[in-house]
Amino acid sequence: MSSLLEVSGVCVTFDGFRAINNLSFQIGPAELRAVIGPNGAGKTTFMDIVTGKTRPDAGRVLFGEKSISLLRRSEAEIARIGVGRKFQRPTVFEDQSVADNLMTALKAARGPWKVLFWRPGPADHARVLELADQVGLAAHLARKSGELSHGQKQWLEIGMLLAQEPRLLLVDEPAAGMTLAEREQTTAMLVDLAKTRAVVVVEHDMEFVRRLNCKVTVLHEGSVLAEGSIDHVTADPQVVEVYLGR
Amino acid sequence: MTFVKKNPSVLWFLVILAVFTLAVTLMSPGTGTGVISTSFVKTLGKTLCLAMVALAMDLVWGYTGILSLGHMAFFAVGGYMIGMWLMYARTEEIVFAALAKSPIPPTPAELHDGIASQIFGVVGSSKMPAIWAFAGSLPAQLALVVLVPAALALAFGWLAFRSRVAGVYLSILTQAMTLALALWLFQNDSGLRGNNGLSGLQNIPGLNHVPQEWLSIWFFWASAAALALAYVLLAWVVSGKFGSVIRAIRDDEQRVRFLGYPVEGYKLFVFALTAVIAGIGGALYYPQAGIINPAELAPIASIYLAVWVAIGGRGRLYGAVMGAVFVSLLSSWFTGGRAPDVPLGFATIHWVDWWQVLLGLAFVLVTLFAPQGLGGLVDLITGRRAPPRHGAPLGPDTGSLQEREAEE
Repeated sequence: MSSLLEVSGVCVTFDGFRAINNLSFQIGPAELRAVIGPNGAGKTTFMDIVTGKTRPDAGRVLFGEKSISLLRRSEAEIARIGVGRKFQRPTVFEDQSVADNLMTALKAARGPWKVLFWRPGPADHARVLELADQVGLAAHLARKSGELSHGQKQWLEIGMLLAQEPRLLLVDEPAAGMTLAEREQTTAMLVDLAKTRAVVVVEHDMEFVRRLNCKVTVLHEGSVLAEGSIDHVTADPQVVEVYLGR
Repeated sequence: MTFVKKNPSVLWFLVILAVFTLAVTLMSPGTGTGVISTSFVKTLGKTLCLAMVALAMDLVWGYTGILSLGHMAFFAVGGYMIGMWLMYARTEEIVFAALAKSPIPPTPAELHDGIASQIFGVVGSSKMPAIWAFAGSLPAQLALVVLVPAALALAFGWLAFRSRVAGVYLSILTQAMTLALALWLFQNDSGLRGNNGLSGLQNIPGLNHVPQEWLSIWFFWASAAALALAYVLLAWVVSGKFGSVIRAIRDDEQRVRFLGYPVEGYKLFVFALTAVIAGIGGALYYPQAGIINPAELAPIASIYLAVWVAIGGRGRLYGAVMGAVFVSLLSSWFTGGRAPDVPLGFATIHWVDWWQVLLGLAFVLVTLFAPQGLGGLVDLITGRRAPPRHGAPLGPDTGSLQEREAEE
């Protein structure tokens, strides 16, 4: 199977500290993957590199069939190529309505001139309604997103990511601050999403990862320590030592 | 029209502006009863130009979150561009009339030298600087009113935004730009008459037979029309998805990047657009003021602009207009010496000196206790209330709105 994202030999140093050390990682076009690791293992830095926020000192990051290099591209360009990112804290535009949030995220031209003259057509309104329905916010379209509950904001952000139609979705601790019922809903949604695109979930919570039932990559000190099913990695003595044993 | 239906403030604004314009027309010495003086008509016309630059400031600060403390520089540059033509063409008339008395008709070179020594004698020069190459042509100088502020804003913005300078650092950079421009203009060899500036701008070439009471009302009308156009344009700009994107940039620009929008491009676009609006405002302001000099570019002028928008209420267009009109008219009343002194026994409050203290205090109080500013008064009438949101600012960026500024 050819891979959608291929990270190889990537190194990043912050003021002499090696945050990422010769990291290699691959994911297929329709795959769910969990990335776990202790604090400081380089999980967030890894996401920063893929989304263009941090520039690595060495290595390659290739994306898609044409193997486009994601290095030296801006965050916005990478997002347009098809990488979506969900932050740990829900980040929606609180001053704007749910409908405006979704409309802004909707896949369309992104340049200032085109956006200035762009006006939503019936198809765009229908798509916004459909997305809102999908994340359970159809009744709240006209409300300011700042008024929504924490869980609803998380869902709105997921709706915005879907509106972007990314081919690769990076999700940072999706279960943080969610109730048990919301967690189950989120799990089902992520599994469902991974049928049509690649989804990388960075997570602390082992129980949540177990429920995702997917391949797991364990990071430690900036490189891959182990990779395989959850049972495989939890049986690995090295993993137990650095992560689970604590 | 759906645009007006979705933005009722546009219709209200235009109606109020039309009524105001009509009232001033009926009271002016040129076209009405003469209840108000020509100089007061000019003050009102200038106020409308200031409201226009406040609109620009609101777009760049209130909507996009870039606290530019340099927009009055673009305003003054617009004034300089039109001032060059006014001064050149007027001097041309005078020199031509003077030389016409001599027995031999003047050659074009003599005329040109005559104009140069007339304009630049005050800085000890009699040569026409290169930047005055187009000063004889009204269309060219009108084009420069738009092009020079746009070019300046694009060059500055490209350098600043590309390096991701934001927040207070950007504000300081814009102040530095204004100051640098002012210091350059203060030099006699800048080619714009140093600290003398350009004067006699109230005399419009070719319109010598028109008295000032008529010219003043013409400029008042032009200012009102320009303000109306600017309001409609900006209301349209912020009404659609573009408005959503720039407000999103204000509240959380990193998130907007991850949505695929080129944030720097948007900032540059807004910065240049508002610079052009400021330039046009300046081109209408200075013929009414009669004189422009480098002091107009003092950094404090741009800070006042931010104060007007803050007092009016950032993030809503009519708020910016309310702030500019209210504060600048109040300011000219207090500093005009007409406000009565307040004797306190041990000291007397002279408003000319104390007005700035009052303004500073008002700024602090509005920021602390009524961040929605004067525009918030409109909410009392329309019954709009802020939604409950438990106190957090609306975004992590320095320019983002605070909860109390946001509207339902």
